[in-house]
Amino acid sequence: MAKKRDYSLVGESTRTAIETGLASAEWYHTDVPRKAMKELMQRSDGPAIRDTIIWIVAILGSAAGIAWFWGTWWVVPFLLVYGVLYGSSSDSRWHECGHGTAFRTRWMNDAVYQIASFMLMRNPVTWRWSHARHHTDTIIVGRDAEIAMMRPPDLLRAALAFTGILDFRYSLPTLVRNAFGSISPDEKSFIPEMELHKVVTAARWHVAIYVAAIVLALYLWSFLPLVLIGLPRLYGSWHMVLTGLLQHIGLADNVTDHRLNTRTVYMNPISRFIYWNMNYHVEHHMFPMVPYHALPRLHELIKHDLPAPNPSMWHAYREVWPVLLKQLQYEDYFLKRELPPTARPYRDEFHALTVPAAAE
Amino acid sequence: MADWVEACGVDDVEEEDVIRFDHGGRTFAIYRSPDDEYFATDGYCTHEKAHLADGLVMDDIIECPKHNGRFNYKTGVARGAPVCVNLATYPVKVEAGKVMIQIG
Repeated sequence: MAKKRDYSLVGESTRTAIETGLASAEWYHTDVPRKAMKELMQRSDGPAIRDTIIWIVAILGSAAGIAWFWGTWWVVPFLLVYGVLYGSSSDSRWHECGHGTAFRTRWMNDAVYQIASFMLMRNPVTWRWSHARHHTDTIIVGRDAEIAMMRPPDLLRAALAFTGILDFRYSLPTLVRNAFGSISPDEKSFIPEMELHKVVTAARWHVAIYVAAIVLALYLWSFLPLVLIGLPRLYGSWHMVLTGLLQHIGLADNVTDHRLNTRTVYMNPISRFIYWNMNYHVEHHMFPMVPYHALPRLHELIKHDLPAPNPSMWHAYREVWPVLLKQLQYEDYFLKRELPPTARPYRDEFHALTVPAAAE
Repeated sequence: MADWVEACGVDDVEEEDVIRFDHGGRTFAIYRSPDDEYFATDGYCTHEKAHLADGLVMDDIIECPKHNGRFNYKTGVARGAPVCVNLATYPVKVEAGKVMIQIG
């Protein structure tokens, strides 16, 4: 019987990953000529300024709608729009600006990163480091701090994730704990010591704003301030979960080839705006230097070397659902993506812990 | 006494770009700035083992291809998370169309 996975970042799987060379390993990359890659990596402020203006206007407009129609049923469509903008699109803004690729100008990346981190109830320092680890050790058990669905999958937990409740229940106490100066062993495993004080400072700012929102709600004797600040993390994060879960679930773990553990899915233009093109996720993991607006071009350039993308989110979920059900009984089972004949083959000898059972 | 070593020809590296140079079991990055000056640093990022020569040069910044950590390649100074440790730099001179770096 296969050993159970230990997802702690300081446990048995961590030691195994380090001993087998899976931690901080060399990963497969599709060959892209330097000239082409240099063009793709080029930064520009234009696309992100345009998208950010649209984003902010839509957020403020829907917030105004909520305030205007508060107390009537007309508020519902505004809540839907505001919730998704606040609770879901902030994730992709956090992500791209955390990489520093959205804008060419550094302070613009930093400003949007800080705002989006607050909207997501994420400590901006902790999550910058956890995401660096996610890129170093993508879906390496015991190393990656951002594995959305562990094995065997907890499907009830996954369903609840769409409501934001679990994330809310984790994120808010974490912020409060950090604000009181407590850093967990897992957090210490990926945040350098010299950065720990910044974790506490950032958490204190976030908590202070939430306290101010609560005081305002009490003063006005209205839920409105909390519906606008904080609670959208509950009622608006479903789109983030819908798109984000597809990044890696059901695929291989403990491999060093993003074609095996990451998924690219074609999506509709609205979801792509909310998600800032992170549906091109294999491409993003292989080349995190490429800004979101250049990912479609990168996709066209390297798709001959990648598994065929899922044509829709519906297709991707239909494909992965039976795999998740099978993982309930046999957690080593996974979906192995087929490569086109034009691709370079997977190097199984590089994947020390590649498990035997795979759905072709 | 540190040696001067020929790293590349002046035209081997484009303006505002970087190339990799391996020597004596070590790896270096050779930069050509937008104002046509040459610089050299260690080839690996100080955060994790990634070749900076695969990264992006913007003005006086080199951005690591793996986690987007940034350094000033002229001074080696780390410019924010996830890089915290400065990058070693090396003296550079151009002689007879060749870029020479002084390796200690």
